[in-house]
Amino acid sequence: MEFNPTIVAFLCNWCSYTGADLAGTSRMKYKPNVRVIRVMCSGRVDPTFVYKSFREGADGVLICGCHPGDCHYQEGNYKCLRRFKLMKKYITQMGIEPARLHLEWISASEGKQFAELIDSMTARIKELGPSKIKTVVETLAI
Amino acid sequence: MKEETSQKPKLKLAVYWGAACGGCCVSVLDVHEKLLDVIAAADLVFWPIALDIKYKDVEAMPDKYIDVTLFNGAVRNSENEHIAKLLRQKSKVLVAYGSCAHMGGIPGLANFTTKEAIFKRVYEESESTVNPDKIFPQTHFDVDEGTLELPTFYNDVRSLNQVVDVDYYLPGCPPQSERLLEVFTLIATGAPLPPAGSVVGASEKTQCDECKRTKTENKKVKRFYRPIDIKDDGVTCFLEQGVICMGPSTRAGCGVRCIVGNAPCRGCYGPSEAASDPGAKMLSAIATMIDSNNEKEIEKVVETIDDPAGTFYRFSLPSSIIRRTIV
Repeated sequence: MEFNPTIVAFLCNWCSYTGADLAGTSRMKYKPNVRVIRVMCSGRVDPTFVYKSFREGADGVLICGCHPGDCHYQEGNYKCLRRFKLMKKYITQMGIEPARLHLEWISASEGKQFAELIDSMTARIKELGPSKIKTVVETLAI
Repeated sequence: MKEETSQKPKLKLAVYWGAACGGCCVSVLDVHEKLLDVIAAADLVFWPIALDIKYKDVEAMPDKYIDVTLFNGAVRNSENEHIAKLLRQKSKVLVAYGSCAHMGGIPGLANFTTKEAIFKRVYEESESTVNPDKIFPQTHFDVDEGTLELPTFYNDVRSLNQVVDVDYYLPGCPPQSERLLEVFTLIATGAPLPPAGSVVGASEKTQCDECKRTKTENKKVKRFYRPIDIKDDGVTCFLEQGVICMGPSTRAGCGVRCIVGNAPCRGCYGPSEAASDPGAKMLSAIATMIDSNNEKEIEKVVETIDDPAGTFYRFSLPSSIIRRTIV
């Protein structure tokens, strides 16, 4: 059976979610592998959201926020960028392929870019194969 | 132990070590002459570091015979697990005593590697090992007199509550003896106990709330330092000097002993009540301190944090969300 990855995407309310909405209302086609969770700001994405997604079986996690300088809350996206870089280092130490976590800036007008991003990320995660995190964490103990 | 002729039955107390360094057992002795008060109020019915009482003696006890068990150490092998389950069955109140039982502790850092890698290092590669026949520990070995047995070494280190139900957590590496006495006095006097599952002998506040160093709101740094790389001025908040200190996400209760001793907090008292993952809040806080909005510059600052996983989860890897490396 073909591997169909599950990608959890945290989209900021003001830019990226609206961008994803635009992709939808414009009837653009993109891979159905993404599960969107709307957050008020990319700066609201607590590292636990990311870890928990992986732990519950996500093959990839995507965070999208407003372009630098465009944050509705001035600098939430910069905070997100800083956390993202440190999280990348942490998940690499934990033996998780860093490509499973991705950050992208998507504005409210970038429906097309959002659709392309989902297609390209789905292809990348497909290449990586299924995530082992859930199985390893739950079964290796003894 | 059998003489229960005195008017007021004495409390029955047990102390056990799982995968531990022994420091927690010693911290019980650190109550010094107060130990005499403890013994006046309680009988120690099981304490491997100090008393010669065998496992079979514990197995012979009726269920719920022991009033309070202080279990220190993580669960590393089948022996730890067996005794954890046995003591749960024999005790009214089971306390996870110290960081290892509470969150996995320093032994929990072994979850960064695997059983195979540990065995290879210890029994084959370590500088002091001579083992040309590559003999590894076996759980069963037949000799003329019968079968010899050793506990099974597990893949993962687990905290106590990942194996049995735990009534209370008394954090610390080791817990401050004063806190133990407070908790013990509470139990001995029959005062109402906090709800099961509570962390006792620690504050709901954080280390920062009790820390006397000068703090400002402006926590912005251009790079992070290891404590050895910087001359601490002894006055300013460690974080503001760029030294990672676990204070913001760690419970108070120890009397900020490390910081008073001019060393940054390492986080042995564990996260505050609300944190579902012990290191995530800290990672989040440290990352936002980076004084740059430029991607390349941020990457450079992140490079100066040598070991985020080991730093933020030094005492708590097994109880974190991603509790071991993915192999």
